[in-house]
Amino acid sequence: MPAPFILDRSSVTQVMAWVLAALLPGIAVSVWLFGPGILVTLSLAIVTALAAEAAMLKARGYPATPFLTDLSAIVTAWLLALSLPTLAPWWLIVTGTLFAIVVAKHLYGGLGQNIFNPAMVGYAVLIVSFPVQMTQWAGPLSLTETPLTLAQSASVIFGGEFPKATLDAVTMATPLDALRTGLLQQYTVDEIITQPIFGHYGGVGFEWLAAAFLLGGLLLWALRIISWHVPLAFLAGIWLTAGFLHFFDPGRFGAPWFHLFAPSVMLGAFFIATDPVSGATTPRGKLIFGLGAGFLTIVIRTWGGYPDGVAFAILLLNLCVPLIDQYTQPRVYGEARKGKEPQA
Amino acid sequence: MSRELFKFKGGVHPPEHKSESSTHPIHAAPLPRKLVIPLRQHIGQVAKPVVNVGDRVLKGQMIGAADGYISAAVHASSSGVVTAIDLQPVPHISGLPDLCISIETDSRDEWIDHAPLDYQAMVPADLRMQLRDLGLAGLGGAVFPSAAKLDPGAAHSCPTLILNGGECEPWITCDDVLMRHHADEILQGVAVMRHLLGSTGILVGIEDNKPEAIAAMQAAAQKVDFAVEVVAVPTIYPGGGAKQMIQTLTGKQVPSGKLSTDIGIQVFNVGTAHALARAVHHGEPLISRLVTVTGHVLRRQNFVVLIGTPMHTLITLAGDRDGTTGVLMGGPMMGVPMPNLEVPVVKATNCILVKSNELFPPLPRALPCIRCTRCADACPAELQPQELFRFAKAGDFGRAQEYHLFDCIECGCCSYVCPSHIPLVDFYRYAKSEIWAREKEKRAADLARERHEFRQFRLEREKKEKAEKLAAKAQAKRAELAAEPAAAGSAPSDADAKKALIAAALARAQAKKAETMPKNIDHLPPDKQREIEEIEARRAKIREMARQPLESEEKP
Ligand code: SF4
Ligand code: SF4
Repeated sequence: MPAPFILDRSSVTQVMAWVLAALLPGIAVSVWLFGPGILVTLSLAIVTALAAEAAMLKARGYPATPFLTDLSAIVTAWLLALSLPTLAPWWLIVTGTLFAIVVAKHLYGGLGQNIFNPAMVGYAVLIVSFPVQMTQWAGPLSLTETPLTLAQSASVIFGGEFPKATLDAVTMATPLDALRTGLLQQYTVDEIITQPIFGHYGGVGFEWLAAAFLLGGLLLWALRIISWHVPLAFLAGIWLTAGFLHFFDPGRFGAPWFHLFAPSVMLGAFFIATDPVSGATTPRGKLIFGLGAGFLTIVIRTWGGYPDGVAFAILLLNLCVPLIDQYTQPRVYGEARKGKEPQA
Repeated sequence: MSRELFKFKGGVHPPEHKSESSTHPIHAAPLPRKLVIPLRQHIGQVAKPVVNVGDRVLKGQMIGAADGYISAAVHASSSGVVTAIDLQPVPHISGLPDLCISIETDSRDEWIDHAPLDYQAMVPADLRMQLRDLGLAGLGGAVFPSAAKLDPGAAHSCPTLILNGGECEPWITCDDVLMRHHADEILQGVAVMRHLLGSTGILVGIEDNKPEAIAAMQAAAQKVDFAVEVVAVPTIYPGGGAKQMIQTLTGKQVPSGKLSTDIGIQVFNVGTAHALARAVHHGEPLISRLVTVTGHVLRRQNFVVLIGTPMHTLITLAGDRDGTTGVLMGGPMMGVPMPNLEVPVVKATNCILVKSNELFPPLPRALPCIRCTRCADACPAELQPQELFRFAKAGDFGRAQEYHLFDCIECGCCSYVCPSHIPLVDFYRYAKSEIWAREKEKRAADLARERHEFRQFRLEREKKEKAEKLAAKAQAKRAELAAEPAAAGSAPSDADAKKALIAAALARAQAKKAETMPKNIDHLPPDKQREIEEIEARRAKIREMARQPLESEEKP
């Protein structure tokens, strides 16, 4: 073996483990504010992802270690599960996870080769194919009369007989959905946000979930697992675009804070847009990537056919990565600065 | 110590493992029975043997003469009889044998006549030739002939002289120990360098994990009659790299493809300064050096070792242990694995690092690149190692070059931090070697085409000349009939025009060649030339090594 003969202690498994750890606050808040349904969703996604990963590795002739144990499949499973409605039916979760692992990851060449973020591919496929089931969000516990227990959540998810009335009582539109529907019905933003689902910045409960993802993201940044470029640019892209629209017509466009404090935005900014495999690699490229994704998120939310735009925005930017990287190559040591003599 | 320091980008902090060997006194390694002295121990032209098998040689006697300007002589490290001049295993990454002179020592250690040089009275060019003939070469690991580096060239002076006491590689402590114990002599060498280069500012950069060395150098600096600034620089690998040291101390970057002297800076290793002092003040050629023997041995310490001493004698001396898994020359970041332990200590041998599974666990299996760009964050050359890797692996060497492959200093920081444990540096060496190989083939083809074109041109010319001669003859005859002299006047100008024509054709061919040369390998500093040769030699091997991870990723 040639030099170097020593390695830093880092490993892919370690990186992935930290990402999972950073998602824990979000999961805890979700359980606390929205009930234990998310735990069922997460478990189902993990089992499906590992089974799919193992099968694909076997089919492609890769050994289980270190490829199955690198935790990357579980990260994908968690990110997808956290993007799905908390009471989504089991087959939705399984379909999305299978699509993410089998198609978006392995058919594109496996770990490190996928152009698109697998979790977002899974999400996009589901929202395009099953828009109705994708709205079965458990409402914040503070707004529902009879919160579901773990067992009840499981039986909803696995399609056990459950009175439709009760289901209606526990699920409700997300704030983004509510805003969208309200606007379509010609209400103004001010009128819409008087609904109980709207909280201080984002939606009731949802803003806390967003804060928990933000906390986890800051942890990843503190550990240098992600750099500040993508999250900051992504949030700035959202804030600037939403702020610009809101400034000109506050009646038709939601406030920038409202857009920023959606859980999908924080999850997207710190955990999905920062996915190294499908993201830009150069510092300037990361800024462009983040800004672009933020901008598109608001555009899609405002004028697109779906309530949320984070997934599509990131997938679209994934597509641009080779181009972005190519045109943002940084100056190397000793290379002349543009239009200047080398610093001498 | 008020000097403002600058940070270079990237770098890593591997465990240092310095105190194990730096706290022990220096010992002299005993005289071995047999010395094997390679003729190629420096960058540039290999030395030419000037002794024959059976000759008796004295300690310090030149046995290989420098060949050309970028070259250095080699000397017998002790007295004895030349027993062979042949190919022997040498400490080189290629693992290929090289031409060596073997000497059976007679244990008398009898010196040849030698005398100090009155360097201030000598013509600089003569002094440089003397230094070349005393075999001086950089002891920091690059072994570039010192005489050539002591030539300020057309600029007539090199304002800044940096003495590099960085020694950033883990485990190695020979420079540290040398500074602790021989600071005065080091500065005597600096006086000579200063004299030859006309430098006005002298900086000594030492990483701040060597406080004793810093103190010793500062004390010595008080005693000399010129200003020396001893600067503690932050400990970070590869802060002891010449380019990084320059940036840390001056904030300047050496422009890509240029030499540091182009920005008025020359850098020498402290060991080189010490050897220079021995050469000038004692007339001693470079026949010994300080070597750190460390790692999996009983007594980790530094030895003064005669060049040509087999490495196993040093390991025995330091106490070899069970469980040895290999031996490196150099440190763990850039060191070279030794094919066997018969190989001799050479001028470039700063450290012999004995490995064990405990100290150097086998590297884990490589995973695919996850584009996390940790490598880019760590790269002191400010490259995008993940892209270089992608291109190298795909065989897209053109793109690799566009992404500045040849600015890679092979420091290993990228591999060190890679969470996928990819042996990145291997891929870069492999890509470089492939590019050199193609370049060589293309040069050969170009040369052939040029030869062909020139032959065509010559044939044409000869034809024309023949016709002209005939015409001239006819005319001469006519002129003879008419009058006596004339004719001769036009011939020289005619010949000149022909010469100009040839020159133009050659220039065209040259220009064409230059055009087709791949980017960023022109303006190569001379040390690259040797690198090319080395790369050539190890090509086959590296290709083999590089193929394994390639295959394992495709289908393990
Ligand atoms: S550190 Fe390794 S895995 Fe990360 S981008 Fe560089 S080569 Fe790829
Ligand atoms: S080996 Fe080359 S690419 Fe890797 S960190 Fe060093 S200079 Fe950069």
